[in-house]
Formats: sequence, C-alpha cells, structure tokens
Amino acid sequence: MRLRLVPETTNWDFFSRPKLWLGISVVMIVLAMLSFGLRGLNYGIDFRGGTTIRTQSEQSVDVGAYRNALAGLELGDVTISEVFDPSFGDDQNVAMVRIQAQDDTDSVAPETILAAEAALAEVAPDIKFVSVESVGPKVSGELIQTAVIAVALAIVSVLVYIWLRFEWQFALGAVIALVHDVVLTIGVFSEVGIKFDLAIIAALLTIVGYSLNDTVVVFDRVRENLRRYKKKDLKDVLNLSINETLSRTFMTSITTLIALIALFVLGGDVIRGFVFAMIWGVVVGTYSSIFVASAILLRLGVKRDWSKTDGKAGTQFADIDA
Amino acid sequence: MLQIDLWKRVLIWAVCAVGLLLAMPNAFYNRVETHNDAVTAIEVQGETPELVQKSGAWPSFLPSSLVNLGLDLRGGVHLLAEVQVTDVYQARMEATWPELRNALRDAREEVGTIRLQPSDDDALRVKISRPEGMARAIEVARELSQPITSITAAGARDLDVSGEGDVLIVTLSEAERTAMDERTMQQSLEIIRRRIDEVGTREPTIQRQGADRILIQVPGLGSAEELIEIIGTTAQLTFQPVVGRGSDPDASVAPGQEVLPSLDEDGLYYTLESAPVVTGEELTDAQPAFDQNGRPAVNFRFNPTGARKFGEYTAQNIGNPFAIVLDDEVISAPVIQSHIPGGSGIITGNFTVEESTNLAVLLRAGALPAGLNFLEQRTIGPELGQDSIDAGKIACIVAFIAVLVFMFLSYGLFGIFANIALLVNVGLLFGLLSLIGATLTLPGIAGIVLTIGMAVDANVLIFERIREELKSAKGPARAIELGYEKALSAITDANITTFITAVILFAMGSGPVRGFAITLGIGILTSVFTAIFVTRLLVVMWFERRRPKTIEV
Repeated sequence: MRLRLVPETTNWDFFSRPKLWLGISVVMIVLAMLSFGLRGLNYGIDFRGGTTIRTQSEQSVDVGAYRNALAGLELGDVTISEVFDPSFGDDQNVAMVRIQAQDDTDSVAPETILAAEAALAEVAPDIKFVSVESVGPKVSGELIQTAVIAVALAIVSVLVYIWLRFEWQFALGAVIALVHDVVLTIGVFSEVGIKFDLAIIAALLTIVGYSLNDTVVVFDRVRENLRRYKKKDLKDVLNLSINETLSRTFMTSITTLIALIALFVLGGDVIRGFVFAMIWGVVVGTYSSIFVASAILLRLGVKRDWSKTDGKAGTQFADIDA
Repeated sequence: MLQIDLWKRVLIWAVCAVGLLLAMPNAFYNRVETHNDAVTAIEVQGETPELVQKSGAWPSFLPSSLVNLGLDLRGGVHLLAEVQVTDVYQARMEATWPELRNALRDAREEVGTIRLQPSDDDALRVKISRPEGMARAIEVARELSQPITSITAAGARDLDVSGEGDVLIVTLSEAERTAMDERTMQQSLEIIRRRIDEVGTREPTIQRQGADRILIQVPGLGSAEELIEIIGTTAQLTFQPVVGRGSDPDASVAPGQEVLPSLDEDGLYYTLESAPVVTGEELTDAQPAFDQNGRPAVNFRFNPTGARKFGEYTAQNIGNPFAIVLDDEVISAPVIQSHIPGGSGIITGNFTVEESTNLAVLLRAGALPAGLNFLEQRTIGPELGQDSIDAGKIACIVAFIAVLVFMFLSYGLFGIFANIALLVNVGLLFGLLSLIGATLTLPGIAGIVLTIGMAVDANVLIFERIREELKSAKGPARAIELGYEKALSAITDANITTFITAVILFAMGSGPVRGFAITLGIGILTSVFTAIFVTRLLVVMWFERRRPKTIEV
C-alpha cells in the first residue's frame, strides 16, 4: 500500500472563491507591511553595524549582572539575551551580547571589544567568548545595498526567464507570487523579531527559487493542457493542471519540509533563524503558486492560439507528443 | 521502447564512480588532513620519519582533496581592512620638498627667496619673493616631475604644477594618485602576507577586495586582537633630524617640521624635520638583541643607499640629536657621537623582550605604506565551529533517513531507485565540492539539507507523471518512457530558475552566503543528473530484467 498525501484523482475547484483567497493574501500582505512599518526588522550587526559577543560559561547566565558589568563602559545600546537550545549540555550556558555601533568611527575598535570582554570576565570568571563579530557602519551600509540589489536582481532575471519560456502573463503571475512570498517572509521576521542578517537574505533568495520552482511546474502543465484542450475554459484548464500536479506539489513540499524540520530541530541555534525562514518560505511558496500565481494568470487571461507561436514560445520538449 | 546505449550506461556509471571516489576522502576527514599536511610539510622542509609516517595515514594513490571548512565551522579570525591609501600622498609630498627646495634655490636669481607655506591638503605651497619669476619657478618644478610608467596613464606626469600670485603650488597628478593607490595596495598585500607568514599559521587567506580593501582570514586563531596587533601596526620607521624638545604638544613650528610625542616619557615632545633622513624601507635586516646594559633592543642594518645617506648625515651632524621614530612616536633621540659609516645600528628603548622581538619581525617584514582601518572583524571559536559541524551532521543524517523512508512509503520500488539516486547525489555533491576546492560553511550545510529535500523533486515529477500515464493504460514501458519525456520540460524550467538564483547569490554574496550558493548550485546540477540519468538507468535495468506486465509506482 502506498502512502498518498492526496487522493489519486482530485477535482477540486481552486477558483470557486477567488475573492476569499485574494482577500486573504491582501490582508496578509497588509499585515506584513504594517508589522514591518510599526515594529521594523530586528537587524543583525551585518546590517546596522555593532558588535555581538557570544559567551559561554559553566555557571548559569545572570543577565542582570552582565548588564551591570557593561553599564560602566558607556557603550550605548547594549542588549543581552540568554540563548537556549536542546543541543546544549548542562555546563553550556550561552548568552548573546550585542553592542551598538560606536558612532565616532567607521571602523571597528578592538579596545571596545577588549574592554567589554574584560568587564564580563569580572562577573563570570570562567566565561569564554566563543564568537565575537563586529561590523563597522561603513560596511553594514554596503551590505544592505548589496542585499537589496541581490533580491531585486533575482526577481528580475527570473521574470525575464519565464517571459522567454512562457508568456508575459505567466511571468507576471510568477513574479507577483514571488513578491508576495518575500513580503510575507519579511513580515513574519518583523513580527516574530528574529534576527535579520545576511544569511536571511540567502534564505529569502532560496525562497524565491523554491516558490518559483513550484510555480513553474504548475505553469508548465498549464501550457501543456492549453495546447491539448484548445476549447476548454481557462479556469478549467488551470484547475485541471493544479489538480494534476497536486500530488507532486505536496510530495516535494513535504520532503523538503521534512529535511528542513530536521535541521530546525537538530541543527543548533546558530542557523535556526535561517532555517525558520526557509520553512516559512516553503509553506508560503506552495500556497502562492496555486492561489496567487495561478489566480493572477486567470485574471490576466492568456493567449490561447499556441499553434502559431510554437516556434518561440513553446519548449523544445513539449513538442514531443505521444 | 526503453533503450539506453551501452556507452551511455558506461558513462553514467563512470561519472557516479568518479564522483563517489572524489567524495570518499571527506568521510575520513582527519586522516586525510593529517596526510595532506604532512605532504606539504615534506615539500617545504624535507622528509622526516615522523612526517613520512603521518603521510602514510592515507594511501597516496587515492584522491586526497577535501571540502574546505569555512571559518564558521573551523573557527578562526576574519578581518576586513581598509587601506588608507591617501596617507601616502602626504609622505610623498614631504619627500619631494627637499628636492624642490634645492632646485628652487639654484634658481634664486630669478625667483628670489622661498618659503614653504602651511597647507592642509596634500600640496606643497611655496611663496616666492619675486612673483615675476613665477614662470621660471613653474619650469623648475616641472623639471622635477617624472613621466608615469603605466599602461593606463601613458604620457602623464606625476606632479601637477601651477602658480597662484606669488605662491607656487605642486600637487600629485590624478594619474599619479591612481598609480600610487595601486602600488600601495600591492605593497600592503605583500607586507600583510609576509607578517602573517612570519607568525606561521596554516592556510591564511589574504585577498584584495575592491579598490582599497583587503580581506584576511586566518583559521585556527583564537582572537582577532592578536591578529590586528600583528598586521595593524604600520611599523613605519624613520630617522629624522631633531630641531628641539619641549612639553607643549601644540608648539608652533615652521612649515616642514612636526611635533611628535615621546614613546616612553609622558609629556615630552620633540620638534622634528618632517622629511626623514633615512626610512625603514632601506633596512635590509632587523634582529632582536640586547644593548650594552643588557636591555632588550633591536639591531638593524641598512642597504647600501641607506647606509650612504645615514653615513653622510652623521658625518655632518656630529653633536646634534636625531630621532628614531616609529609610527609617529619618538622611540629615542640619541646625540650623534661620531660618523657612523657601516650602515648598522641599534634601537634602544624601554622594550620588553617580546616587544623587541615583535618590532624586529615588523621591521623585517617591512612597514605598511599606509594605515589600516578595520571595517569588519569576526572571530569564531573552534568549539562553536565543532558544535555546528556536529549538529549539522546529525541534522543531515536524520533528514536523509526521513526522506528515504518517506520516498519508499510513497513510491515503493521506484522510491528505492530514487533513494539510491539520492545517495549518489549527495556523494557527487561532495565529490564536486572537493574537486573545485569549495568552502563548506554553516549555511552551506543548510544548502545540502535543502538539496536533499529538493533533489527528490525531479524524481517525484517523473514518478507522478508515470502514474498519470499509467492511468491512460498504455502499458508500463510506454508509460515510463512518456513519464520521462513529459516531465523533462518541467524539470529543466524549474531547476534553471532555481539555478539562476543560486548564481546571483554567488555573485552578490560573500563568505558564508557564497558557500550556501555553491552547495545549492552544485546540488541542483547533481540532482538533475541523478534524476534524469541515474534513476532512469536503474528503472530501465530493472525493467529489462523483469519485463513486468503491470507496474505500480
């Protein structure tokens, strides 16, 4: 007996409540933007400069004592948080200390770090500084810029690729779905307050890749069915295509999620934020390829007379017919 | 029917075998690393029984390239330094002044007396007492300028000369600045490399980034401050004539002179001529030593030009003090007792043994032409790296097993084929990563886990398609064939789009993010290869042997 995530044949109508799905997406996007606007992202030092010190000691972390120890140094905004993780042993008490960028310089001052380390060592004699990272404001500004360019560039090049391989309506649908995913992911990050650093940009781009992967598979089937059922209503063709690929959509999402969840639980706290972004992205990406990308394709309509444009719009593989 | 040419079969298996062979060393990481280190050590310092024994830890006929571990996994220090290229301009102009002064003095008849004006930019402003001689002054100054020998600046000269009323202004030309920046960067890279080599750590990365930045990565080092101490010190050594001494740091001085603090005595300031007699660049050697009182000191020797200049100066200035200046602090200001012809000397001060050793290292490696500004520093402790590797390993194995079980439950026998392909896929991925010497980072491990999850996608697409084709009852062979054919278009499109994002990540990202992009990109290549070729071959081989009337996918 095989494990089936969805019934063998499904005939679900994904467009029976277009306003509902559209409404949900719009509300989510508005919420995400509101959260971003009101709470803002919890930028890591990659993006706003400053220093983070990860400490580890055998005795338990006393956040108050750490704070008092650093208070005398006048370092400006200092946040101290204890880190918990199931993979830590009993003698592993970890805390993250974040010190804002010192505003008089565009470089990193080793003296500041040494002073902070010395102050912490006074309250916790066996403290170890397992990682110390410091980014000057000059670099962090550039990193933001590069990150934004990277995400924009990825979206644009994908738009062009799909446009070349399909039709512009498909490209637009896919890209709106992508923007939807990226916006929702950023929204979740600002709402939950997970540290937003360079690695998260990598996660965002992977989400772009994954969401696209999903969308393209559905669109590929739509293209095929549009050729096969020339008289069928676009809505029916879309529904048919989504239903036909539904089993695959779930299989792939579930296997990817299984792998990611393993990493989320067991991979340690250093990359947990990164993996969280990807898990969220897989869920949203799967949703958006059906309810956003396809829905937009339905709205935009699509040129049905594929026979004449086969040469440039079709694919070399799609011409092989049984 | 399902047919694959024999040569294709051989090729597919050969690729898998080579990939797995290349990946194998990574399974014995420590042994292979010991072997590799021993082999390099033998090349450098010759064979010793101990090294030969160590190199025997791994047979030399097997591949021995490993995936490099990034700093976040191995632990170490990462520094991004900005070279302050403009520092050099001022020193360059100061060095030009004596030459210009002499040339103008020779033309005293026409230009009259000259006086150097204070200037806040990197320019020499010289006031001449006979403004009508300005044309001649400009001509004299122009004669000092040299043509620049570089491809991009053919025909340009290094100095721009102009006159403004009775003030002659000499500045560096734009082309010269560019050429100097380039030289400064090359020198800085070279000197940083030498200093790190002198300290002797393994596999440091020293790379130029952009116009004026240098990226330094040293694995295994425990603290960034230590490294900054070694490479951040400019170690600019100069010997300058002393004009006077006092306790006022803001003492007014004539143009061409400067006030520098004493290194050892608080509140003591020397007024010095800015143009040095000799600089550290003309040292050939420096060694830690002890002076006649048994205190730590540094012995040095000049090269012939340096020795000549130093000899001439000491001969002419017996009885006057001169200052030994290190990075704008006066180490000592001894009085010249006699003519020093040999070109060697000793620097004494309140050094500890460690300080004198360090100073000797720095002087030997050469001074940095310009100061460094540290823009980014990251230190990852080796324990944290090891924790990350351990956690990543467990996560990979669990993810792997879960996906294998899930695939088997969903697709039965075909699931097993896909699982074999998945194993091959991870093997190939590691093989390729080792082959190109890629660096594995923590996000890179996440990339591998993601690849495991996504690698099955191509197989899922094919299997689902075969299921569909089976429904239209065309017989198993036809269904399999059609399944592969029709899924191909979706597979290529889906993977190319993901690949595009991986390429962009690689191009725009740095460090760990780039490591992620590499594993993601290579993972896409290997997963497409294994899905299209390896599983297909497995399915075909099974089908040929069994000839089933019906199949269940």
